[in-house]
Amino acid sequence: MDKNSVSMRGKNVLGLKDFSPEEIRLTLDTAKEMKKIIHRDIKKVPTLRGKSIVTLFYEPSTRTRTSFELAGKYLGADVVNITAGSSSIVKGESLRDTLYTIEAMGVDAIVMRHKAEGAAEYASRVVSPVILNAGDGAHAHPSQALLNLFTIEEHKGHLEGLKVAILGDVLHSRVARSDIYGMRKMGMEVHIAGPKTLLPRFLYEEPGVVVHERIEDAIADADVIEVLRIQLERMKGGLFPTTREYARIFGLNPTRMKLAKDDVLILHPGPMNKGWEISPFTAYGANSAIQEEVQNGVAVRMALYTLVLTGGRES
Amino acid sequence: MKQLIKGGRVINPATKFDAKADVLVENGKIAAIGPDLSADGAEVYDASGKIVSPGLIDMHVHFREPGQEAKEDFESGSKAAAAGGFTTVATMPNTKPVVDSAALVRSLKKRAEDVGRVHIEIIGAVTKGQKGAELAELGDMIAAGAVAFSDDGHFDPTAKVLLAAYDYLHPFDKVIINHEEETSLVEDGVMNEGHRSAMLGLKGRPTVAEDIAVARDVLLAEYAGARVHVAHISSARSVDLVRAAKARGVRVTAEVTPQHLTMTDDLVNLYDSSTKINPPLREEKDCKALLEGLKDGTIDAIVTDHSPHAQEEKDREYLYAPSGFPGLETSLGVLLTDVYGKGLLGLPEILEKMTCNPAKILGIDAGSLEPGKRADITVIDPDLTWVVDAKNFYTRGSHSPFVGRKLKGKAVLTMVDGNIVMRDGKVE
Repeated sequence: MDKNSVSMRGKNVLGLKDFSPEEIRLTLDTAKEMKKIIHRDIKKVPTLRGKSIVTLFYEPSTRTRTSFELAGKYLGADVVNITAGSSSIVKGESLRDTLYTIEAMGVDAIVMRHKAEGAAEYASRVVSPVILNAGDGAHAHPSQALLNLFTIEEHKGHLEGLKVAILGDVLHSRVARSDIYGMRKMGMEVHIAGPKTLLPRFLYEEPGVVVHERIEDAIADADVIEVLRIQLERMKGGLFPTTREYARIFGLNPTRMKLAKDDVLILHPGPMNKGWEISPFTAYGANSAIQEEVQNGVAVRMALYTLVLTGGRES
Repeated sequence: MKQLIKGGRVINPATKFDAKADVLVENGKIAAIGPDLSADGAEVYDASGKIVSPGLIDMHVHFREPGQEAKEDFESGSKAAAAGGFTTVATMPNTKPVVDSAALVRSLKKRAEDVGRVHIEIIGAVTKGQKGAELAELGDMIAAGAVAFSDDGHFDPTAKVLLAAYDYLHPFDKVIINHEEETSLVEDGVMNEGHRSAMLGLKGRPTVAEDIAVARDVLLAEYAGARVHVAHISSARSVDLVRAAKARGVRVTAEVTPQHLTMTDDLVNLYDSSTKINPPLREEKDCKALLEGLKDGTIDAIVTDHSPHAQEEKDREYLYAPSGFPGLETSLGVLLTDVYGKGLLGLPEILEKMTCNPAKILGIDAGSLEPGKRADITVIDPDLTWVVDAKNFYTRGSHSPFVGRKLKGKAVLTMVDGNIVMRDGKVE
């Protein structure tokens, strides 16, 4: 398909499950242009002048919220931030009513993070502004998965045929679920490993996903390793004995990294539990792209805004 | 007063009767069943082309009274029952407060008499407050009219308490109806654990939670020589467990809902909270096993698990929405369309599970068309095509996964004690 015939105007960005490979390609290509803007002295273009965006965050966030905010501002949009602790949400206002209120003020897009899986999907049914899912429970985090793809492609020059190992707490990870859809659609080989208690039991039924019990088997000859954060705040305990033991059996360290290709790229969606799931040497080593991911995140979010709010051609 | 229901196909599973016949009703009782009956001065209802069945019985509904009347009460619930062709329902005790005393059973029986459009039977709690620790006053509740006992909604009685309940109830011959899900395996779960939940990120309620609960409760019943009824069975392995227990002579019965029979966890894909139920919608293999269980008699009854909630409770994030949806007004249509209509089960077999079988389990004198019995009758138009629209519901609940479905087959007349309570979808 000719990518110029793909339009994402008005598309709700809920998860990569409902992105076509062409839409992912268009987003990555657009992000490449956007990244140039970030490197300018004056980082401001008029693409979204007159558009208003609300970020609605029911869960704490540093990088994602700031990234969505800056992305909007670089493109000239007005961005307002609402966080759960400082809004009518603490008075018990339902998500539906909060969304109605925001809609009534005439916003064009709502960027939403919520603890409940499917909250973004629900929001897209309730109100008409475009919904960009900035993470819903353990379900999806599409912009993170797109920035992973962007970062990988920047380093490797292509995506097709690359072997990626996703390690750790997949059970609670919205990033992993979005990665699986995005990476599979772009022709990558997806290998998953972690303690069995932190892997969804029936994940192996997903086409194209290979689940390993030993992380060494997933890492072997990998082009990319993504380490996930152990989400202790979502656990009630009992899923693994101690972080010390976790680090010994499942942590990514320089020794285990040797099993992968020499030029293996290390990713982590952050924030990191250094010393548990990833050793500091690995996180800050030459193969790590963890800091670059943050910058690429702004570019990818600029691309998403442009594509869903303008269709991407006027600019 | 005489009424003559003329020219329908009368199906009475209790007596294996299935033929074109007339049904004569006199003074609220069935007077005669046979070909070409005539009766002077009788009001005549033309049932040609229609099915005449014993009034349908639903032994598992939640009418939310007392305490949560915004969701449903005996009036709205019984109207929904009449609309769906049901003449008797049995209400579950997980209300606020829990129905765990004779006084509450008596007050609900009174409410049923005052506002009920259909017969409403009361199921009492097994344990005080349904907390699973101490036996409720089962004997007193039986004296007040309770027909069965259940801690439905919970799987709380420990093995020790359940065994005590089985033993204590033994001389009364009342059944205990168990919600079968081992709590520790389902506490955070909101859908079936499977491939779907793995990709949706929702926590799962595994089939094994149901299976070990069924196994435990059936083994305890076998040990105690007691009766047990498995509520809303949903997993293939649980059907196997009940089948094997029946073969050993264990006094176990089981029920299934139309939703567990015909829907899978595929439907959760859009996070539509109307698909959130406990136990959850399972997978295709489970639907197949449930149907097999119905066919071979492993599963005795079809129930709705009618569980209405207020609009604002259900219209929200999947994770926070309460479980359950109202089923009384869609059950028959769904069964006629997706089970009978697809040739999976005959009408007499379906109706048996909705009339005489549940009556027998509850020990109530209903569910059969025989002279002298009360005239509880449902007339069904098997060809009537209709679309499920929540705006037409009599229940206060509105979120149902069947909304929007085009169905073929519907109750067109519901008669309770000789009184017509529903005609052509309109409840009097």
